[in-house]
Amino acid sequence: MLSPGTIEKTAAQPARQRRIHLGVRERLAPYAYIAPFFLLFFIFGLFPLLFTFYVALFDWDPIGEHHFVGLANFSELVHDPRFWGAMRNTFSIWALSTIPQLLLALVLAHVLNHVRLRAATLFRMSVLVPYVTSVAATTIVFAQLFDRDYGMLNWFLGLLGFQHIDFTASVWGSHIMIATMIAWRWTGYNTLLYLASLQAVPRELYEAAAVDGANGWKQFRHITIPSLRPIIVFTVVTSTIGGLQVFTEPLLANPVGGLTCGAARQCQTLTLFLYEQGFGRFHFGYGAAVGVALFVIVVIVAAINYVLVTRIRSERP
Amino acid sequence: MKPTSSTAAPTPTRRRHASRVPFWVYALLGVMVFVSVFPLYWMFVVSTTDSATAFNLPPHILPGGNFLHLAGLVFDTVPFVQALLNSVAVSTAIGVGQALLCALAGFAFAKLSFRGRNTLFVIVVLTMTVPAQLAIIPQYLIMSKLGWVDTLQAVIVPGLVSAFGIFWMRQHISSTIDDELMHAARVDGATTWQIFWRIAFPLVRPAAFVLGLFGFVNAWNDFLWPFIVLKSPDRYTAQIAIKALQNSRDIDLGLAMSGSFLATLPLLVLFFLVGRRLVQGIMEGAFKG
Repeated sequence: MLSPGTIEKTAAQPARQRRIHLGVRERLAPYAYIAPFFLLFFIFGLFPLLFTFYVALFDWDPIGEHHFVGLANFSELVHDPRFWGAMRNTFSIWALSTIPQLLLALVLAHVLNHVRLRAATLFRMSVLVPYVTSVAATTIVFAQLFDRDYGMLNWFLGLLGFQHIDFTASVWGSHIMIATMIAWRWTGYNTLLYLASLQAVPRELYEAAAVDGANGWKQFRHITIPSLRPIIVFTVVTSTIGGLQVFTEPLLANPVGGLTCGAARQCQTLTLFLYEQGFGRFHFGYGAAVGVALFVIVVIVAAINYVLVTRIRSERP
Repeated sequence: MKPTSSTAAPTPTRRRHASRVPFWVYALLGVMVFVSVFPLYWMFVVSTTDSATAFNLPPHILPGGNFLHLAGLVFDTVPFVQALLNSVAVSTAIGVGQALLCALAGFAFAKLSFRGRNTLFVIVVLTMTVPAQLAIIPQYLIMSKLGWVDTLQAVIVPGLVSAFGIFWMRQHISSTIDDELMHAARVDGATTWQIFWRIAFPLVRPAAFVLGLFGFVNAWNDFLWPFIVLKSPDRYTAQIAIKALQNSRDIDLGLAMSGSFLATLPLLVLFFLVGRRLVQGIMEGAFKG
């Protein structure tokens, strides 16, 4: 179809002749190519999002009737201790998983970036193994490892002379357990993101620092961290949005806890609360109000992100 | 730029500084590999020994010969083979769909000029911020209107295109495909479709493959949405089948572990074959995103 001659001929043509007249079909082609995304986005993304706001104004029973109740769902929500408990649990689990995870990822990326590291590919690959393990499988294994009576972790604590901990029963225990599952799955992924950005930092910077007598820690503080700042913001934002979606871990980690993750709702997250209201109790209107609350949080996170990113951009020379 | 002698001379000493990998680095990485792999190994151990292993203290740490027995129990409890087949169907459809449809849309945004292109692209990027699952209630209502509840297409169709995928393919296409080449093809009378299918797509096939791979892995591991729309056991994906095994855990706690292992094994095999590409994909994405 293409001969080298055509390319030369085209390149030599004057600019005004280069515009080719396209038929209607051809001019519509770009719209056809982006249509699948927009079609699916409108049906399964935008429309449901807007519809959430609408459903939230009703007392909506999926099989029965629905009555318009105005903002009643929202006024109930702000006075609902279950909602605030779920909010507390979501952010507590988020902090407990994100902070150690990103710090560890920073250290691992710094270490993996060593020039003469042997078996680098092997290390990079094994750090990503948890990422391909499903959340459900991860949760089931960790729930067993954290088990009160037979878990390996408690066995180990027992050997050290400590009492067994009933992780699922307490607020902190269940949060730590779930945060561990999340951190296990995502540390490697974030390590690779950081490593990629680190590789863009000129080696000479580290070498010069070493010549000037800066040790590993100083190099880490003064070269690694500053050059990773944009990607760090990115990972904090993605892990926050991911943190709002935590669902499978609290559902499966405490199988006797049902949809509330325990009798005291000690580890029920916002998404699990939404699911419980919508699909456990069939209060679609109230569940949709929880969805709206989640949307507000996402908007706040996005706004904070925007401010941070613009500040970082303006700091650059 | 600089005279070579001034940079070349001190290099040997500097290199030596930079190249010494301290022992603790390997120790730390060793711990990291252990922590990454051990839970999977433990899953394997429990699913190869009799059910009491999960309750044994001190724990047995070597696999036994009971794998087939436990796997048989898994297959008796839920239609697990069907669940694995469903997972393969869903993940393959989503992986292939994303690779092709995102390449197509990415091509339009990168190389074709049309009214509203920039605005529409901004919309694509903005949609990445909002997690779809806060709207699960209306999504479910739509699926029941369509009559798709308890069908695999309820899981497949919404996942066929992704905003991130379009963003990713657009980056690759604009940096790989030359405008002159496109123009030359046009002069030769090629249609836009022919330019995409015969010229652009073959050139970005590696990037599309990585995208499809991520789509496959994410679809395989997806839980919440399939859990909502798939109701009958023979429609379950592998992840939902694991949950069903856990529900029957009073029968046997090892059962859920065996199911988890069986559901993870295909991805581990895939990872063994093409994990390198996933690592590269994440690292390239970091540069561009």
